[in-house]
Amino acid sequence: MTALTALLVRDMRLAVRVGGGALIGVLFFLIVVTIVPFAIGPDLALLAQIGPAILWLGALLASLLALDRLIGADYEDGSLDLILTARVPLELAVAVKALAHWLTTGLPLVAAAPLLGLLLNLDPTATGAVALTLAAGTPALTFIGLVGAALTVALRRGGLLLAVLILPLTIPVLIFGVAASNAAVVGPVPFGPPFTILCALTLISAVIGPIAAAAALRHGLD
Amino acid sequence: MALIDLANPSRFLTLSGRLLPWLAGATLFAFAFGVSQIIASPDDYQQGATAKIMFIHVPAAWLAMFIWATMSVAALGTLVWRHPLADVAAKAAAPIGAAFTLQCLVTGMLWGRPMWGTYWVWDGRLTSVLVLFLMYLGVLALWRTIEEPARAARAVAVLTLVGAINLPIIKFSVDWWSTLHQPASVLRLSGPTIHPSILIPLLAMALAFLLLFFTLHLAAMRNEIMRRRVRTLMLMQADAAAGR
Repeated sequence: MTALTALLVRDMRLAVRVGGGALIGVLFFLIVVTIVPFAIGPDLALLAQIGPAILWLGALLASLLALDRLIGADYEDGSLDLILTARVPLELAVAVKALAHWLTTGLPLVAAAPLLGLLLNLDPTATGAVALTLAAGTPALTFIGLVGAALTVALRRGGLLLAVLILPLTIPVLIFGVAASNAAVVGPVPFGPPFTILCALTLISAVIGPIAAAAALRHGLD
Repeated sequence: MALIDLANPSRFLTLSGRLLPWLAGATLFAFAFGVSQIIASPDDYQQGATAKIMFIHVPAAWLAMFIWATMSVAALGTLVWRHPLADVAAKAAAPIGAAFTLQCLVTGMLWGRPMWGTYWVWDGRLTSVLVLFLMYLGVLALWRTIEEPARAARAVAVLTLVGAINLPIIKFSVDWWSTLHQPASVLRLSGPTIHPSILIPLLAMALAFLLLFFTLHLAAMRNEIMRRRVRTLMLMQADAAAGR
């Protein structure tokens, strides 16, 4: 257990201290939300209507950004070999790495979402719904991304391939995240069902993601 | 003859070489039978002759899913049983699966244009097949990116299995999404249950397509084995040239 805690603390320290990774993700999120009105026009009514979708899309793209660092940095400096040979099960180790990654890149996105909601003319209900669904859904994005990061870790040009492999798998999260946000504002379905399914998706990917990523690392690096 | 006996590529090549002409012949025969049944089948009372697109559209859709299932079994073969031919089977199946998925999409679009008045609608079924196609392309991209065949096979096997778990979830989500966004009434073929005059040619074509897949897959596996031999020979030649 202490080894896992140490890994968590180390990964979070690295993420915060090296290169300002968390803030760059939030900055990217802000930029995506800023350029959308230039594409679709500054109509506040329209922006309020599609605001939750824009925020979700921005968060999805922003969460992709740092994924190649999730395992790639450890692969480059050799610490991944230590994690592989450690007594801690690899599944748990990569799950902790994903957790640290979410805490340093996913959580800032969730925190930034209400502020960006102001730019998109969202009312308080919609803002709260988007923040809540992002908090429930972005861990799923990280755990799905973990699989892609493990599959492409040893590739020199893995970043683009990572996005291509991961994005189709994130479709359910996007669907239910946006659906739950919209349900809180306009309906027609109640907020509960899509939100619980979103939570279920997060739990499923929290199981499948680390197992698949560990298998990919074990088989891919020998 | 157990499955493990096929692990020897030379034995597999001999056996598949003997099998392949028969399989190809059966495919031709099945297609001839299927096409003759299609010609004999009546036109749809509403859709006219365009309904016959179904006879190549539906089998392609079935195969698109069947081939991912085949690849998943092969992925298990790679990761669990370490069967030497499993990654060859998985690699040979991927482009064929992508081709059948594309065929399903294209024939569907050509059918949709006269019937629905548009090439594409964001219907649940169409969208899930499109996502399946994207995932096939992702698998192909991963095969091409990792140079060493054995390592590529294991990475693709993990991706294939993750995809196999996720495909039902994606299908379910997209269905949920499309019923939320669109009335389902437009796109249902509101006809009654399928009449035998349509069902028999459809099943005949499905069998023909399945045989076609087996033929193509076996041939592609043979090609892949030979490609690997060429690769090994070239590596040895390069080693010899370098004086090692």
